[in-house]
Amino acid sequence: MTIDLSLLPDGGMSWLDASGPDSDIVLSTRVRLARNLQGRAFPVRASSDNLVETRDEILDLTRESGVLHPVTMFRLDELDLLERQVLHERHMISRELAGLERARPVRQGAALLTNGELAVMVNEEDHLRLQSLRSGFDLDRAYGQLERLDSEMGRRLSFAFHPEFGYLTACPTNAGTGLRASVLIHLPGLVLTKEIAKVLQGLSQVGLTFRGLYGEGSEVVGNFFQLSNQTTLGKSEEDLLDHLATMVRQVVEYEQRARAVLQREAPAVIADKVWRAYGLLRYARSLSFEEAMNLLSGVRLGVGLNLIRDVSVYTLNKLLIFTQPAHIAEREGRALSDPELPISRATYVRRLLEEDAARRGPTDGTP
Amino acid sequence: MQCDNCHERPAAIHLTQIVDNSVTTAHLCEQCASDKGINTNASVAKLPLAGFLGVTGKGVAAALPAGAEAEPCEFCGATLQDFRETGRLGCAHCYGHFEPQLRELLRRIHGSFHHVGKLYLDAEAIVADDVPKLLTELRDRLKRSIEAENFELAAELRDRIRALE
Repeated sequence: MTIDLSLLPDGGMSWLDASGPDSDIVLSTRVRLARNLQGRAFPVRASSDNLVETRDEILDLTRESGVLHPVTMFRLDELDLLERQVLHERHMISRELAGLERARPVRQGAALLTNGELAVMVNEEDHLRLQSLRSGFDLDRAYGQLERLDSEMGRRLSFAFHPEFGYLTACPTNAGTGLRASVLIHLPGLVLTKEIAKVLQGLSQVGLTFRGLYGEGSEVVGNFFQLSNQTTLGKSEEDLLDHLATMVRQVVEYEQRARAVLQREAPAVIADKVWRAYGLLRYARSLSFEEAMNLLSGVRLGVGLNLIRDVSVYTLNKLLIFTQPAHIAEREGRALSDPELPISRATYVRRLLEEDAARRGPTDGTP
Repeated sequence: MQCDNCHERPAAIHLTQIVDNSVTTAHLCEQCASDKGINTNASVAKLPLAGFLGVTGKGVAAALPAGAEAEPCEFCGATLQDFRETGRLGCAHCYGHFEPQLRELLRRIHGSFHHVGKLYLDAEAIVADDVPKLLTELRDRLKRSIEAENFELAAELRDRIRALE
């Protein structure tokens, strides 16, 4: 079985269009709810029959009720490694669901149901992980949509719920609301002004946590941070979201201030930095993923500061996704390794930047 | 030893950094350290435990009360030892079965063990004996959903409040 992501609007990544609020700094907003079914062991402890039963029940529900219409389903246990990696690189499924965790192969009955805007991961750590992913900083709308999906599914399924502990989850860190909201935010200004450590520390003191580009356990690359709530119990969904929103708004403001400081105090240094990044991406013949990410961060800063006008944020977002190993392998029709992989990556980056520059007209580098 | 930065106050913080494969050690006084954004009275008590346990994974089980033991869960057969090893419970019944241990664990992780968020519909029957409290909570959520302009949620909440009244 091969997957055809072209069936999905924007290949399941409508957030790439950078149409959301504050999308020059906040790339995307994600909210997820963890839900489990009554009377069935959690996926980690469930039998294969049980897992398949859960999947089929959810699939039947979506077909009959029309929730998630028009739904596309991916049965991960029938996909090959590359296809699962592609879905993971698109931030559509977690490492665990993709079966990419060490010593934890893809689980039977593991599935993704999606209509492009909303999605349900089936048989992840919990029976259901409902999620909503939107462009920019858009917590209210992301949760609003998700809440309706949750209510609709909850009417048709029996969720495990405890009067005191709330929604029950495999890991007690998710119990209660089961809600994790996160924003993917780009903070080069705070990194360059060395304010970032202070900001991140401040966030951890108010109950928020940060991760790298791929969520849990991933490293920070390209100055991208995922900020999210740390606790899920003892506060209402609205309070958790309000709190995160207030803090993110503040971080966005700090970032804007840091960028203003950089432009005021060291305009030549910044201009040089962002144009160098652009130059390297535009002409390099071999790029590692990490190098590409860091250079893309520089160019994104240049676009944000209105220094570089030859590139759209959409192209930058697209490059984030399509320069990853599985996407390159998919394009080339085979898995590549060094030295072919970084060469293919550089070729792709060059092509996209050239196309954008041609479309948007040449600039001479002076603002 | 004096502070490397101000050369006045005694050094109290010894910060070792590895940058580009070379190791540097800075000796700073508390004042200069905090000016540089190095927090010295790190995450004390105020924070829920999840902060320094790294939130998820096996670390979670470290928040179990010391020496906690219990019979395996009757529904799924999971033991507290399984939870210690994986950081995950086996099924929803585990919450009832290991309740004494989990209550403390939840409090340590979240700073609370009382869910105040969205109620699952069947749950209204469960807590129906506490209607006034539920109504207060629902009215509060209604107000906030209107403020957040989430009108569909507001309409649903309004219906639920009417049904209870």
